[in-house]
Amino acid sequence: MSAANRPTLVAGLVAILRRDLLLAFKRPGDVLNPLFFFAIVSTLFPLAIGPAPEQLVAIGPGVVWVAALLAMLISMNGMFLGDFEDGSLDQLILSPQPLPLLALGKTITHWLVSGLPLVLVSPLIAVTYQMPFDTIGVMMATLSLGTISLSLLGSVGAALTVGLNRGSALLSLLVLPLAMPILIFGARTVALAASNDVVSAGIYFLAAYCVLGLSLAPFATAAALRISNE
Amino acid sequence: MTELLRGSGLTLLRGDRCLFRGLDFALHAREALQVKGPNGSGKTSLLRAVAGLLDLEEGQVTWRGQPTLGHRQAYCDELVWFAHRLGFKADLTLVDNLRFEAGLRRTRMDRFDEVLERLGLGRLTRLPLRSLSAGQQRRVSLARMLLADARLWLMDEPFTNLDAAGQALVLELIDAHLAEGGACMLASHQPIVLQGTLKSLVLQ
Amino acid sequence: MWTFFHKLASPPHFYDISARFIPWFAVLGLLLIGYGTVAGLFFAPADYQQGDAFRIIYVHVPAAYLSMMAYSIMAVSAAIGLIWRMKLAHAVAAGAAPLGAWFTFLALATGSIWGRPMWGTWWEWGDPRLTSELIMLFLYFGYMALRAAIDDTTKADKASAVLALVGAVNIPIIHFSVEWWSSLHQGPTLVREGGPAIEPAMLYPLLAMIFGFTFFFGALLLARVRTEVLSREHRARWVRNMMMGESA
Repeated sequence: MSAANRPTLVAGLVAILRRDLLLAFKRPGDVLNPLFFFAIVSTLFPLAIGPAPEQLVAIGPGVVWVAALLAMLISMNGMFLGDFEDGSLDQLILSPQPLPLLALGKTITHWLVSGLPLVLVSPLIAVTYQMPFDTIGVMMATLSLGTISLSLLGSVGAALTVGLNRGSALLSLLVLPLAMPILIFGARTVALAASNDVVSAGIYFLAAYCVLGLSLAPFATAAALRISNE
Repeated sequence: MTELLRGSGLTLLRGDRCLFRGLDFALHAREALQVKGPNGSGKTSLLRAVAGLLDLEEGQVTWRGQPTLGHRQAYCDELVWFAHRLGFKADLTLVDNLRFEAGLRRTRMDRFDEVLERLGLGRLTRLPLRSLSAGQQRRVSLARMLLADARLWLMDEPFTNLDAAGQALVLELIDAHLAEGGACMLASHQPIVLQGTLKSLVLQ
Repeated sequence: MWTFFHKLASPPHFYDISARFIPWFAVLGLLLIGYGTVAGLFFAPADYQQGDAFRIIYVHVPAAYLSMMAYSIMAVSAAIGLIWRMKLAHAVAAGAAPLGAWFTFLALATGSIWGRPMWGTWWEWGDPRLTSELIMLFLYFGYMALRAAIDDTTKADKASAVLALVGAVNIPIIHFSVEWWSSLHQGPTLVREGGPAIEPAMLYPLLAMIFGFTFFFGALLLARVRTEVLSREHRARWVRNMMMGESA
């Protein structure tokens, strides 16, 4: 009966990336809404605090980072929701491909669809906060590493809360405390860059966190998915 | 006849309720096993537990003599799951959905056109799945089973949403699968007739 | 050894054995706390810098230590529950979480009260330990909220166990990042570790308080786990027999 070969791990990863990217392409709202949210939240601060330039320069790095964190958070809830509702999760769990690999694939797509656009749009917001040009580079670097880590962390949280009522509020409660180190290092490193201080420590930390997340989060996510899908 | 699937001493609790206790069954190649019982008797839960989607309270399921818990990959490699929730993306076309399956498990893509013709899906390949009728969507789900190079079919309520011709087709496909040396475990409350061996397991 | 653990893991045995430990833990805990309180408040000399305000450490330090301890117990029993599918371990994790949250809250409250005379403010963001403790409280909230959101007990056990383990990996990272964050700006001067050696008259009451709190925590935890076990096993024969026996 075995006329066909078992697909390789790479084939499995490519298949899920392709499928989820296609889906995102068919539903552009999923990509755009977090972006709009990011822009709107960043607008709230000058309106609430006042337009004084020295104040805006001081809060700029923090605002961009908090807005990015919140924008990531609202996109996390949907990471596994569709798969849970239409039964795809059953098929993913029962496929011979390792579930952590498929979870990693879904996390990568989440970052490509929700994280990367934030990184690309962030300079526009940084400019309105009068952030110097050099600092913008550091900001984009920290945001890239940080949003990857947030996608990984979010995948665990989303897997734990998928299928629960009140899931999205609960998800924030689970993910935000764990995300604080990312916020601390991300925002403080940008602030250090703005005052021409050393930034390597923060970048190294974020990179290390990212690597740790890449190696552990897919397994935690897979375990959580099995439990939530029971 | 080789024994493929065996469940011994299966006990499953859902919340406070005990669905079944100390359940035993065996399934050999060229055999189908029908799980019967009224609504709420735990047919679906039993099937999900056998697949490994639910944790059993006690007992174990073995596939070719090996516990499925420790040898999940070997088990999943020979299994395909068919349920009420189809596990397809309504926004994607039939081709995109089935091509994704080929990344998950061993799939006979060489039989692709032949299978679609047989199921009467040949002209629907470029449409998003949501524009197909419920019965047609079920047929796409059948296409997954036929394309998968799997020994064991686990089917939960395979006859819902299908017309008489569709139901006859499912039985025909199961028979062909058994004839090729496969096995099928299905949950259904309605009486069915197969050419091959049909055993049954009744849940209270 | 193993048979002992196996016996302990079975709910009825745990229920019997734990009943014998609770009074001992409670009495030992109360004696030590009693001694620590009296000696700490009345006999220990006042601190040469902080005056009498330092005496709050007799509550603050044990509470802060137990907030970590409770999380460790939670994470270890969550791992045991997940790996060996031991239901009792999940009951222990479930029982430890609210206690941990309470001790975390106590540590925060006492830290804040201590900060009032020291810093002139109820809350000082510059202090890394208070900030970590606050994040710790949020972790406990998340854990308890997840548990409460899932109706099925076994599912809630497993999901919250995964969360506890993820939290356990993150706690050292959180502490490290908060330390780094507060080191960036010159905040108010804090009491540093490795300062002048603590006087025995101050130290002994503190040790007594730490051990006393631990025993007290042990008694509370056992009591909580017993109720947890009882409510989880309320359909089991041994629970019914026991209840019938008591009512007869």
